[in-house]
Amino acid sequence: MSVLIFVENWDGKFKKLSFELVSYGSKIAEMLATEAIAITIGNVDNAELAKLGKYGADRVINAVNDGIQIFDSQNFTSIIAGFADKENARVIVLSNNSTGKALAPRLSVRLKAGLGSGVSKLPANIEPFSVFKKVYSGNAFANIVIKTDIKILTLAQNSFELIESDKNADISQVLVEWDTSGLKTKVNEVQKQEGKILLTDADVVISGGRGMKSSDNWGPILELADLLGAATACSRPVSDEGWRPHDEHTGQTGKIIAPNLYLAIGISGATQHLAGVSSSKFIVAINTDKDAPIFSAAQYGIIGDAGKVLPKLVEAVKELKGK
Amino acid sequence: MKILVCISHVPDTTTKVKFIDDFKKIDIAGIQWIINPWDELSLTRALELKDDPSNGIQSVTVANVGLVGTEPTIRKALAIGADDAIRVNADPKDAYYVAAQLANAAKSEQYDIIFCGIESSDYNGSTVGGMLAEFLGYPSISSVSGVKIENGQAVVTREIDGGKELISAAYPLVAIVQKGIAKEPRIAAMRGIMMARTKPLKVLEPVEIDSLTELISFEMPKPRAACKFVDPENPRQLIELLQNEAKII
Ligand SMILES: Cc1cc2nc3c(=O)[nH]c(=O)nc-3n(C[C@H](O)[C@H](O)[C@H](O)COP(=O)(O)OP(=O)(O)OC[C@H]3O[C@@H](n4cnc5c(N)ncnc54)[C@H](O)[C@@H]3O)c2cc1C
Repeated sequence: MSVLIFVENWDGKFKKLSFELVSYGSKIAEMLATEAIAITIGNVDNAELAKLGKYGADRVINAVNDGIQIFDSQNFTSIIAGFADKENARVIVLSNNSTGKALAPRLSVRLKAGLGSGVSKLPANIEPFSVFKKVYSGNAFANIVIKTDIKILTLAQNSFELIESDKNADISQVLVEWDTSGLKTKVNEVQKQEGKILLTDADVVISGGRGMKSSDNWGPILELADLLGAATACSRPVSDEGWRPHDEHTGQTGKIIAPNLYLAIGISGATQHLAGVSSSKFIVAINTDKDAPIFSAAQYGIIGDAGKVLPKLVEAVKELKGK
Repeated sequence: MKILVCISHVPDTTTKVKFIDDFKKIDIAGIQWIINPWDELSLTRALELKDDPSNGIQSVTVANVGLVGTEPTIRKALAIGADDAIRVNADPKDAYYVAAQLANAAKSEQYDIIFCGIESSDYNGSTVGGMLAEFLGYPSISSVSGVKIENGQAVVTREIDGGKELISAAYPLVAIVQKGIAKEPRIAAMRGIMMARTKPLKVLEPVEIDSLTELISFEMPKPRAACKFVDPENPRQLIELLQNEAKII
């Protein structure tokens, strides 16, 4: 028996969400009194692999093949399903990010294993196996029972605390098959902005809405983001207007994020916007309208004109950072 | 070539959901039903592709798994411009069940591109598209923000962390789409609404298949504590709260 944790790596490196996932999977293994096995696909060096033990993995498997250059959901599914079989996995966990969302449904069909997607807590119960997930875009939660022998869970990002452990994981490199005959898709071009803090990874997000009035007024938001090591975001109308790039749009139809701090400036807090940010640990709002719905979702608020409040806020943060 | 767009019938995104029967069921009283926003955008993109004759698209079909109550939503898709529709006459039990039904419906024709939305706005599962692709044994591309047709192939834009990939893909293909696939959903014109009444809507009986999960009950989120307001003249207070009370900066 085992709990199999599929850990994505980015050019051979892990991220905080990888460690959240291993912490989560290892806890489930503890609940089931079984082994936690982390698996990652594509070359990762031993020092990096060992880090997974520090978050509770008993064993770490690095599945390798020189052919693995791109993500291919069918091949990745075959590899993970193969290990699930071999290690007699009872529970398989993945991140609920784009990779996890591409793989978990395929694994569910391949292994006839019920899937609980986007969970944020440990299973409430093992027998029957029940999990709790967000539904209706955060307006409700559902208790779901997974009825199959094998269970698959995808964990929402930034929803589970890191749990350190002093395990020295047993690390192994395993050569796997990589079938290129079935690859009917070909990546022709990759466009990537380097060095930008990813919205989905950021601990602090500074976000502006239509209340910012014009793209010319974004200076203080960028400055705040810079000072706080934060990512920048916006509401949908702002990206529709072209004030900010589309990949900054958060909400139901944009990115769904869960930072520790979401600072919403000149954003009314429409349900579709909140759908993307309501899992943030803290929401802070700056808005001229004291009745704006964003204040019902926020823990801290400032009723005021962003144009006047922001410069003062920038000064206060500079002071905090000793600049 | 033929395109299939899977559509889910969901409550309007501003709905304040309420539950009945001891939190076991959603209270549908007064709910406005819509085409899941992602699916509406997929349909829009499929129709845009069909509008260009050089793409050689014969038909755009929509498919839904639902009881007869979803037909107005399906008719809306026909009014927007889909050529025909399939409804699998079943109450969607879980994503696996829905994907299995869609796979069965999709087998009746050779569809070259199948569009699914990244999630439905009710269960937020992000699962049906990937499951459908696996049932059919088709490649799938997820996080798709653009689809074009060039030289008999689909050219797909996929959003990745911090960037984009341009991928060419042979048919058949399942495209799991998100923001960017179309700018604004296409709106039904009067003529479309009239025509929708007579467009073919085929009803298929479901294949027998077990669901793998069961929804036991709903819960409402805990109300957040009231917002603490800070003097707009003195945002330093906010920094102090974030540092000392929330302990997040
Ligand atoms: C199907 C569907 C999906 C959608 N998906 C999304 C989504 O993913 N994300 C999203 O954001 N929206 C989405 N929307 C749109 C959403 O309904 C709102 O229209 C949108 O979020 C409003 O953006 P906003 O808060 O920036 O603008 P507004 O609603 O115009 O709010 C501006 C706010 O700024 C305040 N303000 C004005 N001047 C100032 C000032 N000087 N200083 C401080 N505050 C000021 C105002 O009081 C107001 O509260 C969706 C809508 C639909 C129908």
